[in-house]
Amino acid sequence: MALAEGVETQPQPPASLAARLTDWARRRTGIKLSLVLGPGAFWLLVFFLIPLGVVLAYSFASRGAYGQVIWRLTLENYTRFFDWLYIRVFLVSVWIALLTTVICLVIGYPFAFVMARVPRRWRNALLVLVMVPFWTNFLVRTYAIMLLLRNEGLINSALRWLGVIEQPITMLFTTFAVVLGLVYGYLPFMILPLYASIEKFDFTLVEAAQDLGASTWQVFTRVLLPLTMPGVVAGSILVFIPSVGAFVTPDLLGGGKVVMIGNLIQQQFLTVRHWPFGSAVSFVLMAVVLVSTMAYFRVGGERRV
Amino acid sequence: MGRVADVELRNVSKVFDNAVVAVDGVSLEIEPGEFFSLLGPSGCGKTTTLRMIAGFEMPTSGEIYIEGRPMGETPPFRRNVNTVFQNYALFPHMTVADNVAFGLRMKRVPRDEITRRVREALQLVRLVGFEDRYPRQLSGGQQQRVALARALINRPRVLLLDEPLGALDLKLRKEMQLELKHLQMTVGITFIYVTHDQEEALTMSDRIAVMNAGRVLQVGTPLEIYERPSNRFVADFIGESNFLDGRVVELNGQRATVLVDDRLPVPARVQDGLAVGEQVTIAIRPEKIRLHPTGGEGAEGCVPGRVEEVVYIGTDTYYLVRLTDCCTIRVRVQNSQNRLDSGEMVGEGTEVLLSWLPETAMVLKA
Ligand SMILES: Nc1ncnc2c1ncn2[C@@H]1O[C@H](COP(=O)(O)OP(=O)(O)OP(=O)(O)O)[C@@H](O)[C@H]1O
Ligand SMILES: [Mg+2]
Repeated sequence: MALAEGVETQPQPPASLAARLTDWARRRTGIKLSLVLGPGAFWLLVFFLIPLGVVLAYSFASRGAYGQVIWRLTLENYTRFFDWLYIRVFLVSVWIALLTTVICLVIGYPFAFVMARVPRRWRNALLVLVMVPFWTNFLVRTYAIMLLLRNEGLINSALRWLGVIEQPITMLFTTFAVVLGLVYGYLPFMILPLYASIEKFDFTLVEAAQDLGASTWQVFTRVLLPLTMPGVVAGSILVFIPSVGAFVTPDLLGGGKVVMIGNLIQQQFLTVRHWPFGSAVSFVLMAVVLVSTMAYFRVGGERRV
Repeated sequence: MGRVADVELRNVSKVFDNAVVAVDGVSLEIEPGEFFSLLGPSGCGKTTTLRMIAGFEMPTSGEIYIEGRPMGETPPFRRNVNTVFQNYALFPHMTVADNVAFGLRMKRVPRDEITRRVREALQLVRLVGFEDRYPRQLSGGQQQRVALARALINRPRVLLLDEPLGALDLKLRKEMQLELKHLQMTVGITFIYVTHDQEEALTMSDRIAVMNAGRVLQVGTPLEIYERPSNRFVADFIGESNFLDGRVVELNGQRATVLVDDRLPVPARVQDGLAVGEQVTIAIRPEKIRLHPTGGEGAEGCVPGRVEEVVYIGTDTYYLVRLTDCCTIRVRVQNSQNRLDSGEMVGEGTEVLLSWLPETAMVLKA
């Protein structure tokens, strides 16, 4: 190996072109960096930034009589959003997403904790259990939930057979059904980051806290939770963002009775064919998600770890 | 009858799930205000013993008493002991002051008392001015002191320390040894101190329990442990020893004679119950042996030998001396007195005479 950059004592025998190229690239960090980052950056540019720009442009355009986009610039799409009708949809979405996040957190934390604490051979089994739902299509799973929740579904039939109820409980096409579907769909995104940060946690700190007189609850609130905050923050963001913009789940499990912001956007693009308004709503959603995540990061990051 | 021991272990054993017998029938009594060390090689069960006293592990059998009360299944936070962990286990998300205050906050001590006691504790370990630092902003020695302050602030009856100096470099370690000992005398709290470093144990302890393979082999003051080891393991583990196997051939007042390898008579200390004809092992410390030139007054009790190797280690010189075909002995001579009577250094191949006071040659029964 050369002792220092550019101090080549002997010219190397000509290697293959490919070898020489990679060797040359290896020495130039700039090139190395662009080789590493290039494909990802290209992908983001073509499939994210450019369409985003197009949507942003649309959001200031107008709709023609037949649903075509007319390039008459206006802020109308944004002002129109501040109608109680749409604000309500928006608030419902945020409420449902928050509920989903909190439920995922409450279910996911103990699960991730157990997963991080059981002997290693059990750990993988649990990890597989978390991943199993990913093996089937999301739609199939959602239809499966419908089968469970219907008035003539498995749950109601079972309850009736047991004599617990006489009339079926309406579960499908309610907020409950939507939250259930979202929790089911996004729970793994909560568990995995939580698991990662609990696994890294040094459990002698628990003994140290107990030794100093902390009860189990105090150990949790004073030591374990603050030190696994990064996992809580990451998991919550990973669940909240897709939940707030979800449209398949509320569509199928809400059945038009529970309308979320994703459904609104979908309607504007596909049914009403008002692309400029749909674009504006998309942008409002994005802005809100961005601001709330940043605020959340700030709060979570304040606890130094 | 007398004072109640601060900590007492009665026939305590610990068997782990995987059938490892970590602690095997240990009985100990630790007196109030004592600096008590558990000393032994890696894996001998020191940490396990300490964790059972702290309440992190429950004994499989036997009972632990703290201040005379049987502990049974009492959880750690109800025991009047605190632990300084080997890796300190400081809370990384809390400042030094918050770490130290933790125990008092858990006990809901009033705020201004906490402030006062935190200041006192930090003064005690000489860390005033570090209140707002985080553990990662401290050196190893400073972290060590925070851990001490965090435990001592609770004024426990007994402080348990698991190799607290293990992570420090040699110089800092020596400094902290003295400081810890000093601290212990100042606060008057009983210390139970785990270490595998015999020098550390000898320097700091009032009494030492030497452990091996889950058992306590000997309990005594540093002097007793060093000068009168009760078995071969202790003689070997604490300091250095030469071992000579032989048979007792003569008992004469204070002096026994042991025939090594059936040909070499050597002097040894007389012990109760020693009988002529008995098979024994003699242990002699290298520094208790003197080296003489041959040809002088070949005084009685001198053992002849030939120097095979000379190792200079600065303060001292080691000589490896062959006594018989199958027996060599290490001699350690301080360099300030390292000359033969003629005034010359002893070289390899020199014939020499060795002597030692019979009472320094300890007789260990086989
Ligand atoms: N939780 C456990 N489960 C099973 N075996 C254990 C457990 N803890 C310790 N052991 C075993 O018990 C024995 C004693 O361990 P212990 O930690 O008490 O040794 P030690 O004297 O502290 O050693 P060291 O000086 O290396 O710290 C070892 O053989 C160890 O492998
Ligand atoms: Mg240990």
